[in-house]
Amino acid sequence: MSTIINERLASVKRIIAVSGGKGGVGKSTVAAGLALILSRKGYRAGLLDLDFYGPSTHLILGMKDLFPEEDKGLIPPELHGIRFMSIVYFIRDESTPFRGIDISNAITELLVITRWGDLDILVIDMPPGVGDTTLDLLRHIKRAEFLLITTPSLPARETMERILKLLKGVNSPILGIIENMKLSQKPERIPDKVSGIPVLGSIRFDRNLESALGDPERLMQTSFMRDLKKVILSQF
Amino acid sequence: MNAVMDMHEWSLAEGVLAAVVEHQQKNKMKKVCEVRIRLGELQRVERDIFRYALTEIAKLKGMNIRIRIETEKAILRCRGCGHRWKLSESEQLDEEKAEMIHFLPEVAHAYIGCPVCRSPDFEIVAGRGVVIKSIKGVR
Repeated sequence: MSTIINERLASVKRIIAVSGGKGGVGKSTVAAGLALILSRKGYRAGLLDLDFYGPSTHLILGMKDLFPEEDKGLIPPELHGIRFMSIVYFIRDESTPFRGIDISNAITELLVITRWGDLDILVIDMPPGVGDTTLDLLRHIKRAEFLLITTPSLPARETMERILKLLKGVNSPILGIIENMKLSQKPERIPDKVSGIPVLGSIRFDRNLESALGDPERLMQTSFMRDLKKVILSQF
Repeated sequence: MNAVMDMHEWSLAEGVLAAVVEHQQKNKMKKVCEVRIRLGELQRVERDIFRYALTEIAKLKGMNIRIRIETEKAILRCRGCGHRWKLSESEQLDEEKAEMIHFLPEVAHAYIGCPVCRSPDFEIVAGRGVVIKSIKGVR
C-alpha cells in the first residue's frame, strides 16, 4: 500500500511528524500551532491528526461542523486555512477502542482515501510512544521529518531520547528537538544538540495557553505561539 | 456518471490497482489478466460503482483486466466473552454511523458492541473491507 499512499502525498512538498514519545508534552499543541503559523505565513498547510486514542488538534483549532468532501476519495476541509484530517470526523464523540491491527488498518485506509492536493507542508500529530502509528509512518512515508517535543522533565527527556535513538537507527530524517514548557526560573539549559540532533529552541510555559485553545486569533497572541514561531521559522 | 465520481469507491479502486501494479512489477509479470477481489459486508462498498471505477482506472493505465468481485458476510468475535456473531445480528446502525464505517471500517469499534457482553473489543473475523484475493497474469 506504500505506493498508493506516496502517490496521494506526491504533491506535498514536506511532511513533518510531531512526536516525542511521552504523553502530555505538548505535541498536539505544537503540531496545530505549527500548521497555523505556517498557514498564516502563506504556506499551503495541512494537518493530519494520527493520535487516534486522543485526537485533540480539532479542539486546539476550534473545529465546528466540518466533514470532508467526497470526490474520488475524501478532500480534507479547510479549518482556518489549514486542510485538516482527523478520525474525529468518523467517531464524533465516541472513543476508539482499537487494537494494534485496527490502528494499522485505519491509518492505511485514511492515507489511501485522503486527497490532500498541493501542499507546501503537511504536519502530522503523532500519538505518544513508538507503537503502531510510528512504525506505520516509518514503513509508509519514509521522507517524513520528525520534530521531537520534550519538556525539561527527566521522564519526558529520557523518553524522547529513546525515540530519537530508534529514529536514528533506521535513518529517519529528524528536523530537530523542541523543549516545551520551560520554566524560566530554572537555571539548567538543554544542550544545543542531543545525540547529534539540533535543539531548535525552547518554548516557555504559558499559563494563558489553555484559555486561548479553540480560538486561533487568541492562540496567535500567546507567548507559546510567539516562542514556537521564533523556534520554528528558521526551518522553513 | 457524475454521481460515480463523487464516491470514495474511486480511491479504493485506485489503491487496489496500485497494489496490482506493484505485484506485477515485483513478480515480473508481462501482463495481468485477472484480479479477484473480495468485498466485506462491513464497509458496504458499492459493488457496481467499485467495478466501474476499477474498469475506468485500469483503462487509464492501459490495462485490460478481467475483474471478479465476490462479497463476504461480516463475522465478528468478541475477545472478552468469545461470542461469535454475524454483523446482521448486531443492533441496527443508523445511516450516519453506517456511513462512517463505510469510510473507515475500524470505527465499527466505536459503534458496535458484542451482543452478549457489550464489549467493543471484538475481532473482525471476516468481511471487513476490500481484499485482493488473487492476481493472475503471464510472465
